[in-house]
Amino acid sequence: MTHVLKIENLHVSVGDKPILRGVNLTINHGETHALMGPNGSGKSTLGLAVMGHPGYEITEGTITLDGEDVLAMAPDERARAGIFMAFQRPMAIPGVKMADFLRHATTNVRRPDRKEGEELIPMREFRKELKEKMEHLRMDSEFARRYVNDGFSGGEMKRAEILQLAMLQPKFAILDETDSGLDADAVRLASESIADIGHQKMGLLIITHHDKLLEHNPPEFTHVMLGGRLVETGGPELAEELHRHGYDRIRKAYPDAAAANEEMLGEETEEALA
Amino acid sequence: MSTDAPAKPELGEINKYNFRTETTGVFKAEKGLSRDTVNQISDIKNEPDWMREFRLRSLEIFESKPTPTWGGAIDLDFQDIYYYLKPTSGQGRTWEDVPQEIKDTFDKLGIPEAEKKFLAGVKAQFESEVVYGSLEEDLAKKGVIFTDTDTAVREHPELLREYFGKIIPPEDNKFAALNSAVWSGGSFIYIPKGVSIDFPLQAYFRINAESMGQFERTLILVDEGANVHYVEGCTAPMYSTESLHSAVVEVVVKRNARCRYTTIQNWANNIYNLVTKRAYAYGDATMEWVDGNLGSKLTMKYPAVHMMEPGARGEILSIAFSSAGQHQDAGAKLVHEAPHTTGQIVSKSISKNGGRSSYRGLVSVMPGAHHSKNSVVCDALILDSESRSDTYPYIEVAEQDVQIGHEASVSRIGEEQMFYLLSRGLTEQEASTMIVNGFIEPLVKELPMEYAIEMNRLIQLQMEGSVG
Ligand SMILES: Nc1ncnc2c1ncn2[C@@H]1O[C@H](COP(=O)(O)OP(=O)(O)O)[C@@H](O)[C@H]1O
Ligand SMILES: [Mg+2]
Repeated sequence: MTHVLKIENLHVSVGDKPILRGVNLTINHGETHALMGPNGSGKSTLGLAVMGHPGYEITEGTITLDGEDVLAMAPDERARAGIFMAFQRPMAIPGVKMADFLRHATTNVRRPDRKEGEELIPMREFRKELKEKMEHLRMDSEFARRYVNDGFSGGEMKRAEILQLAMLQPKFAILDETDSGLDADAVRLASESIADIGHQKMGLLIITHHDKLLEHNPPEFTHVMLGGRLVETGGPELAEELHRHGYDRIRKAYPDAAAANEEMLGEETEEALA
Repeated sequence: MSTDAPAKPELGEINKYNFRTETTGVFKAEKGLSRDTVNQISDIKNEPDWMREFRLRSLEIFESKPTPTWGGAIDLDFQDIYYYLKPTSGQGRTWEDVPQEIKDTFDKLGIPEAEKKFLAGVKAQFESEVVYGSLEEDLAKKGVIFTDTDTAVREHPELLREYFGKIIPPEDNKFAALNSAVWSGGSFIYIPKGVSIDFPLQAYFRINAESMGQFERTLILVDEGANVHYVEGCTAPMYSTESLHSAVVEVVVKRNARCRYTTIQNWANNIYNLVTKRAYAYGDATMEWVDGNLGSKLTMKYPAVHMMEPGARGEILSIAFSSAGQHQDAGAKLVHEAPHTTGQIVSKSISKNGGRSSYRGLVSVMPGAHHSKNSVVCDALILDSESRSDTYPYIEVAEQDVQIGHEASVSRIGEEQMFYLLSRGLTEQEASTMIVNGFIEPLVKELPMEYAIEMNRLIQLQMEGSVG
């Protein structure tokens, strides 16, 4: 059976503020989807809502994984069900070593029925696997002993997210600007690694502004988000067009969505100024 | 001896290594405090006159001082406490009398059978002889003295008369006066010039009748250029029917010497833990207090370092964890008495389930102590909205040319941090435990390995709410 992640008519608010206004998206296992769109259009919100962030309230619509109601699951249950998100801004957890964190995470995701307090993956086995994966990502072994995202450079954080993707082997992964803050070489490495880990082996939703990350992960579908809606869907050529020419054509073609986007951004600026 | 007094281990088992050897005589002190009680204690211990006079003078000081009204609420009837419990053999508590919850906790902690019984106040036989025996031989060869303070009063009167009660005189505070009047047990350590002990000296090896009493009295003398790490306490919940624990710890660190004193204590919920700890550090010497406090009803404890001569360093690391019904009023004192001295305080507190943690600290730069440096960092983590954290930093500076830094932060477990960990498949319990362990990691990594492991395990139990 092919796994399917299905988002239907999804409406999401933060506080009283509506952000997503009816998103429909179906991702089959093995497919790669690119999600593009101007700042503030709601791309990260979509990812966070799928992952179950408590600050994002679902006011309408459904999300299912192989027919199971994802919205009924807590975030950790979603992770154990095989959903993953590489965050645009990962959180630092001071004092917690990458290796300890990853060992817990990997154990729970691989053994979804594990009870709290039960054995973790044996240390030796885990270390060996972690070391291999880190070498593959050309990460220094010292990385495993550092505290989670604490004092990491932008590039290190993104690589740490990819490492987690590699260890957790989810069915579906949302990668939120995993290329931002990286130099050209680092983006190439990230693109290769993601292809290696996930292309055609997972359902991928790659949120990006550029085409570099897609180089090794050619998307079957490209979606454009504007004002909290997916206004257009196309193939790889759409990603290329948007990368080259920006969103002017899209804004003109969908004036209502463009206005909604402006409105959200306006509030964002007011919040920043307040 | 009444059955509600904790029994002590069979002394005959461990006497061949210079532990206290008297096993006879059963003495049941009356409840309450008077000149008679104090005299009786002195009689029983067969003490020299100077110590008896010290005790009696301390009693007068205790009686003349009011109970402190700052810190935490102290609701104690001083006449309803046993001040001295003579060890007995045979008549003690039995394992069956120990409450099930305490036994369960011991099991969760994986405490060895023998230690469990000791901790619960049940007489038991110890297997630590073998370990301790060879250790002791090694120490003796180097001229190290490591004994209980009662024995030291008899066997090392010159050292005791010179230092006992000199760092913390009974006038210091009401509870130091109380301890001075009725003290019993505790450790006495002398490290000769230039001798460096490269493993931590542990009170655990010194388990005997009086090493872990209610009013223990510890004195550590580290002579010039010497080095020692002393570890006290254990992470199992200490179980006692008595509600007051009031210890005094005095440390002298001579020139170029170094002393680290590590305490991890996890008291049962009914205990008032009111402890005075102070060290004098001389030229270029370093004194470090590493102090972890869990449990108890109220803990008031502010380890102090007085930097007496140029180049002296004082460092204090303090961790406090308070849960329902617990108040940790913990902190530190650094007194710069001489120029070019350096002090550092790092304090981390965690409050959960309505627990209350306070940091109370004093940094004092005395006249003449120019070019002193001091930094204080205190971070508090609050796990829920019922819990509370307060910071009371006091800073007194009598010199111009000094560097003083103070940083304080209070954080609640961040929703974003939690979400990050949950999104990786960790349960809420695992995630919050991980965040708390991470929060105290900078201190835990200073602990000897086995204590660090136990500390993490304890935090986990605290987080599960199954202890304290
Ligand atoms: N946690 C939040 N609090 C307040 N506003 C938010 C929050 N998350 C998103 N928003 C708002 O929702 C809109 C979409 O944001 P986001 O999903 O981050 O966009 P994108 O990822 O496409 O740049 C923006 O206007 C932003 O200000
Ligand atoms: Mg975004």
